[in-house]
Amino acid sequence: MKFVDEYRNETEAQKFVQAIHQVTTQPWTLMEICGGQTHTIIKFGIDRLLPEEITLVHGPGCPVCVTPLELIDKAIAIARRPEVIFTTFGDMMRVPGSEADLLSVKAQGGDVRMLYSPLDAVKLAQQNPDRQVVFFAVGFETTAPANAMAVWQAKQLGLDNFSILCSHVLVPPAMEAILSSPHNLVQGFLAAGHVCAVMGYWEYEPIAEKYRTPIAPTGFEPLDLLQGIYIVVKMLEEGRWGVENQYVRAVTREGNVSAQKLVKQVFQVCDRPWRGIGVIPKSGLCLKPEFADFDAAERFEVTGIVTQESSVCIAGEIMQGLKKPHQCPAFGAECTPEHPLGAPMVSTEGACAAYYQYGRVVT
Amino acid sequence: MTAPRDLLTSLQCPIPIRDYPTVLLAHGGGGSLTQMLIERMFVQAFDNPTLEMLHDAAVMDVNGARLAFSTDSFVISPLFFPGGDIGSLAVHGTVNDLAMAGARPLGLSSALILEEGLPMEDLWRIVQSMQAAAAEVGVPIITGDTKVVDKGKGDGAFINTTGIGLIPDGIRISPTRAQPGDVALINGPIADHGIAIMSVREGLEFETTIESDSAPLHDLVAALLGAVGDGVHVLRDPTRGGVASALNEIAQKARVGIRLDEKAIPIREQVRAACEILGFDPLYVANEGKCIAIVAASAAETALEVMRGHPLGRDAAIIGRVVEEHPGRVFLRSRIGGLRVVDMLSGEQLPRIC
Repeated sequence: MKFVDEYRNETEAQKFVQAIHQVTTQPWTLMEICGGQTHTIIKFGIDRLLPEEITLVHGPGCPVCVTPLELIDKAIAIARRPEVIFTTFGDMMRVPGSEADLLSVKAQGGDVRMLYSPLDAVKLAQQNPDRQVVFFAVGFETTAPANAMAVWQAKQLGLDNFSILCSHVLVPPAMEAILSSPHNLVQGFLAAGHVCAVMGYWEYEPIAEKYRTPIAPTGFEPLDLLQGIYIVVKMLEEGRWGVENQYVRAVTREGNVSAQKLVKQVFQVCDRPWRGIGVIPKSGLCLKPEFADFDAAERFEVTGIVTQESSVCIAGEIMQGLKKPHQCPAFGAECTPEHPLGAPMVSTEGACAAYYQYGRVVT
Repeated sequence: MTAPRDLLTSLQCPIPIRDYPTVLLAHGGGGSLTQMLIERMFVQAFDNPTLEMLHDAAVMDVNGARLAFSTDSFVISPLFFPGGDIGSLAVHGTVNDLAMAGARPLGLSSALILEEGLPMEDLWRIVQSMQAAAAEVGVPIITGDTKVVDKGKGDGAFINTTGIGLIPDGIRISPTRAQPGDVALINGPIADHGIAIMSVREGLEFETTIESDSAPLHDLVAALLGAVGDGVHVLRDPTRGGVASALNEIAQKARVGIRLDEKAIPIREQVRAACEILGFDPLYVANEGKCIAIVAASAAETALEVMRGHPLGRDAAIIGRVVEEHPGRVFLRSRIGGLRVVDMLSGEQLPRIC
């Protein structure tokens, strides 16, 4: 398949593996930000091809993983209302709330639908004027433009039966939170290619400078990951820091300017709690006051939510790169993809699910 | 009056209700939840050695003849899709389950559950399609039943077909017969059916239409058995749960390991592209005209030739080997040379966010 096979070529991959081995002289810890990257690493066995000095830790870039429990409980409460058509991306369906998930709400008769684009939810609202259509707007900077577009369109159309339950998060504040933590282990980053395709990489330059850390915006195919790892390790070995772009076929320094403009028109930066991590200042996007009518959390009064996290799940430590999934006592035992205790076991982008699915169970 | 203690225990649901108070779609998805339902609830409740084999078709000895017996229900939406419809699928599905026991089909039943309001024209198309499919196979539909449910309580039409077939002498196909050294073959590209249905259901448009691979495999299996006979150890049609789940079942039943080579597994370009876009692993996507054959190493080349000589096996390939190591597990050598486990499908495959 064109534009895929080229990046999965075994001979080319082996060349990069050798180059990484040659350049590495001491231990380094790298974090790949995005769960999609984690997935490729484990799926293709990339970590097993690297020198043992290099440790890859898996970052917080899994939208379903970091969505706060309280918001999932809110989503579930809204989805149970008879007048509501609750729409969401597929992998939010199975994320465990305090006592249920959206799949079980659907099984109990709730009108929960899986969509591929928030714009389909707008269409659904047009087609069902007597129902309330709610879209679960989660994700990083990658999904923000499409969600902004949905709200913007709904406003133009004058739809009063469309709203979003919003939990957008931003990568740079999370990276700063990790780097400024006294427990931090991460020495270099593979930044998330798709986020950078939207936002560019100019935002990362001050972070690289402030924390003297190499950062490489990196793609999602095996060769992308290997090249990204090579770039970061080489910078570390040479004592350099800064941003070097691996994903040149998709990412520019400025990013997608019109998408950024649209996001700014609809959303504003706000503090945001991250599941398992806590509140990170200025790390989220919320609807601007002029679009507040489209906020489902305001439209549907949801009270009496008492959240209850699993007491054994260590998702937070995993997403900060402090621990690996198999170091969790519940991993593969009480916590499996069929019965997840924490969100990282749900999505294919979650580190625990990647470890579980591809057999990284230490026995 | 209180029931005796052992009766009480036996009436307890073996699947903890606290985990699954209601049936989920994934319980019918062909992956690990389906397997849990079958093994912990049905096999325990119905408890008998024939069922325990968990073969695609049950095998019974009747006065010296060996009969294969299988049933399957079809609840597909939409009823008509590129490459087939619920009628032809219902015939092919059961014919294939019989074929996976090595059996030649003798007769089929057809039980229809129709939803009030289904256009008569649609029903007629489905029935004609069933008849055409059965005629092509050369198996008569010899008994049937019809029920109609209220509007809103069915999805247009559900069909159950049951089939009976005769297993030729000397054929002993069973999931437990996979042994180290055996070779795994498949008769063509994987994941066509699941992606064809997905694209219609979700309104996804690709440059070319992806068609279901729905087809009857009895003739291909007969040719295979004719050429290598007892060299065929296991046959399995990788329907729901896909190739990965089928191979995991074989590995677990036979207590052997299976090693796949990702590069060797045939898949159409457009199907692979669709899987990439949706975030699906084609190894878990359903097939309706594919057959995995585990054959003795000495029979592998002949089996491959026979498959490739058949219209339904032109793109057949050797995709892996049975090994002694890691019993009960399936491993895959990735395109770039890394190794990973291929597990049972867990839950349903859900399209990812980004």
